[in-house]
Amino acid sequence: MTMHGESFPVTRLSVLAAARSADATERGSALDLLFGAYWKPVYKYLRLKYSQAPQDAQDLTQGFFAELLERDLLARFDPAKSRLRTYLRLCADSFALNEIKAASRKKRGGEFAHVALDFSAAEEELRNQAIDPARIPSPESLEEFFEKEWIRALFSSSVGELHKLCETRGRQKAFQIFEAYDLDGEENISYADLAKRHALPVTEVNNQIAWARREFRRIAMEQLHALCGSEEEFTREAKSLFGEAQ
Amino acid sequence: MKFLNDKALERLRRSSVPDLAGTRYELRELIARGGMGVVYAAEDEKLHRRVALKVLDSTSAAPELAQRLIREARILAQLEHPGIVPVHDVGTLPDGRVFYTMKFVEGLRLDQYVKQLDSLPQRLRLFLRICDAVAFAHARGVLHRDLKPANIMVGPFGEVLVMDWGLAKVLQENSAAAETVFVSSKKENPEAEETQSTVVTGHGTVMGTPGYMSPEQARGETEKVDARSDVFSLGALLKFVAANSPGEKSAKIPRPLLAICAKSMADRPGDRYEDVSDFAADVSRHLDGLPVSSYSESLFEKAGRFYKRHQVAILLITAYLVMRFLVLYFFHR
Repeated sequence: MTMHGESFPVTRLSVLAAARSADATERGSALDLLFGAYWKPVYKYLRLKYSQAPQDAQDLTQGFFAELLERDLLARFDPAKSRLRTYLRLCADSFALNEIKAASRKKRGGEFAHVALDFSAAEEELRNQAIDPARIPSPESLEEFFEKEWIRALFSSSVGELHKLCETRGRQKAFQIFEAYDLDGEENISYADLAKRHALPVTEVNNQIAWARREFRRIAMEQLHALCGSEEEFTREAKSLFGEAQ
Repeated sequence: MKFLNDKALERLRRSSVPDLAGTRYELRELIARGGMGVVYAAEDEKLHRRVALKVLDSTSAAPELAQRLIREARILAQLEHPGIVPVHDVGTLPDGRVFYTMKFVEGLRLDQYVKQLDSLPQRLRLFLRICDAVAFAHARGVLHRDLKPANIMVGPFGEVLVMDWGLAKVLQENSAAAETVFVSSKKENPEAEETQSTVVTGHGTVMGTPGYMSPEQARGETEKVDARSDVFSLGALLKFVAANSPGEKSAKIPRPLLAICAKSMADRPGDRYEDVSDFAADVSRHLDGLPVSSYSESLFEKAGRFYKRHQVAILLITAYLVMRFLVLYFFHR
């Protein structure tokens, strides 16, 4: 799945504002973006923090997002008090605790139902991730874990968008070079190796990577902007993500 | 959707910073961003020491900027002086950006440091160390052309370092000095001469910082820029150093010192000090309580200076004379 479908309609508009829009298409796209960015981090977080079986964690995740809509929890978010990410994590915690106590979970969907959740892929990722079980019980490490998973979701989606952009602009080679150097991180691969592999001058490899990185950052920043509750939060998040406000 | 492992995440987060893969350096934090490049703190993994790494801001920077950065590093390499930041290494990163590393200076910028100095003599002694470094560079045929508080660092032991030689000019008329700079560069790299010659700025190019830049620099008359242009900037620096202290305003700068500033900052280069040594000598004379060449004192000021300079002796003699008078007075009564 993509984070937000084919297009990216809420560019430069906060997802929070768009989620309350009267226009159903705009609202749907905003929720797609929001859920797309958060479902995996929430799923993995609930799975680890509450030691839930995959099926139970899936139900909790779907239930949480359904509740987010039913109780209009996004309207209660105050950007002055916390980051959207922290707010959603705390909401997920509260929901999970109540649900586990009541043990009366049932599958729910609503507007969230049309976002296809590939839980098996999330499970596969969890299996592949080297998670130190000894660190999991600590609340700080779970917070860090949630944060990292959120960044992973944001970047994965941005990479997906970059891939599409490269396809439409006929710059597949740029994506292949970027993928080999930055995403796969092939051992000790140099620009010269990539130049040889793609029969390009080294300077052209420089240019292709520079272009792909620039576009990746632009896409990631646009998505980040849409996912932040305020300009201040966006500036803070951008600084934390890339070291400085772009 | 592609799964990104932790290493890929880290690489993507650092995608806006220089790619140091395969080099001996590991990037730390950003220190400063300038017009030409960015300076980062980096760890030299071979020597286990922290260095400052200056690199072009973008992989697509104009080739002239890359040449200027190389030139700056080579000029610095020729200026071995305790008051000039030493360069360690120069090269090209895997992403094609030119970089050089230099000593990581831990300290304060001049504008921050002078606020800690209470007395004018302390500030003037600090200023004279800046003059030493600039005079040395001039002796090697190199003009700084961008002397200002932000380009002077003061270390924890009061050591002064003149930084950012990005706008430096090698004096063509001083062929011996210019040759010193270029010949050794040529030995290291046959392309060096071409690099040097292509970056010489032409007429009309304005380089420097308003307030510290000489009028000829401000007018873009690069062919008229010489040691006296740096003297102008040093004059502006002197004014800043003498005045920038809590509770002290420029009105409180002693007149001879103001005259030194005025002479060094004269509009016409011919009216300024001929070189930094002359200029520094006048500041030293003022510091020692001697008359300065740029200021004609009134009799009263001369007396005041004489008194200040010989205060102890005058007081002792006065005390002796008073005692003598009192003894004679009471003895004769």
